[in-house]
Amino acid sequence: MRRAVQDSDRSAPFHASSPVIILNQMVQYNPTRLDTSFAALSDVTRRGVLEQLARADASITDLAAKFDMTLTGMKKHVGVLEQAGLVITEKVGRVRTCRLGLRRLEEEAAWIERYRQLWDARFDELDQIVEELKRKEKADGRKKRE
Amino acid sequence: MDARRESEPAAMKNRTTVERKSERELVVTRTFNGPAHLVFEAWTKPELFRRWWVPKSLGMSLLSCELDVRVGGGYRLVFAGNPEPMAFFGTYKEVTPHSRLVWTNDEGGEDGSVTTVTFEEKGGKTLLVMSELYPSKEALDAAGTGAADATHETFAQLDELLVELGASVGRS
Repeated sequence: MRRAVQDSDRSAPFHASSPVIILNQMVQYNPTRLDTSFAALSDVTRRGVLEQLARADASITDLAAKFDMTLTGMKKHVGVLEQAGLVITEKVGRVRTCRLGLRRLEEEAAWIERYRQLWDARFDELDQIVEELKRKEKADGRKKRE
Repeated sequence: MDARRESEPAAMKNRTTVERKSERELVVTRTFNGPAHLVFEAWTKPELFRRWWVPKSLGMSLLSCELDVRVGGGYRLVFAGNPEPMAFFGTYKEVTPHSRLVWTNDEGGEDGSVTTVTFEEKGGKTLLVMSELYPSKEALDAAGTGAADATHETFAQLDELLVELGASVGRS
């Protein structure tokens, strides 16, 4: 699964300004994946790791030291973040470097939100028309009774 | 006037939800504060339909809107496009006054979706459920691209929001 995500990243680089790509992502949406993303964000250490990685890429060893944690413990946290697509790791020589991989969350939030916003905008206008029709019907009803 | 809608009290506004029911089906739900026959009217009278289908915030204009709402009747919406006008068209398959509409979306050829809209009245309010069912996952893929082209303008603001969202996730 991770493989596939990385492949598609390479062939279609994500730009927040490109609705075509976002709506293409739409069809790859999977609620389980979104759950994974939010579950990954539910832990304070993992959020700390993301914050750290937002400043600079770091190795698992660096992160373990920074968060005063065993290497195994940090590997576990990074694994969860990686599963959720929030972090991407890459092994160079003997060091595994971690960097932010926010794309997937953005993509998932993006497609559903874009599609929803379109309908929400339409329905806001429709609300007004329904109000208008209600008023009109009420007025007509009064007229008929008179 | 159009202050960001997010800042308005949530209780004032009915929520629009979107759910992907399956690989080839998207479902949108929304409640309206009015009886079903009025909501239905707004979906079936062209002069009303065109007012909300193309919200101001979309930044697009509709050149024409023809709806022949009866089983076997057709519809045709033409948008001012750049450079070419874009047409959306299809046929009504089911028309049950005040409760159900089914139509095809034929501009995409064989990959077009079938739209089903149901109107369910409860206590003077109407629950609207709209389903877009595509013949295949791939067809939904392709349609996503087309919809994106058609609604390009509306998304600039959301892009900004997403950038903020991305940044705040990084910061949290």
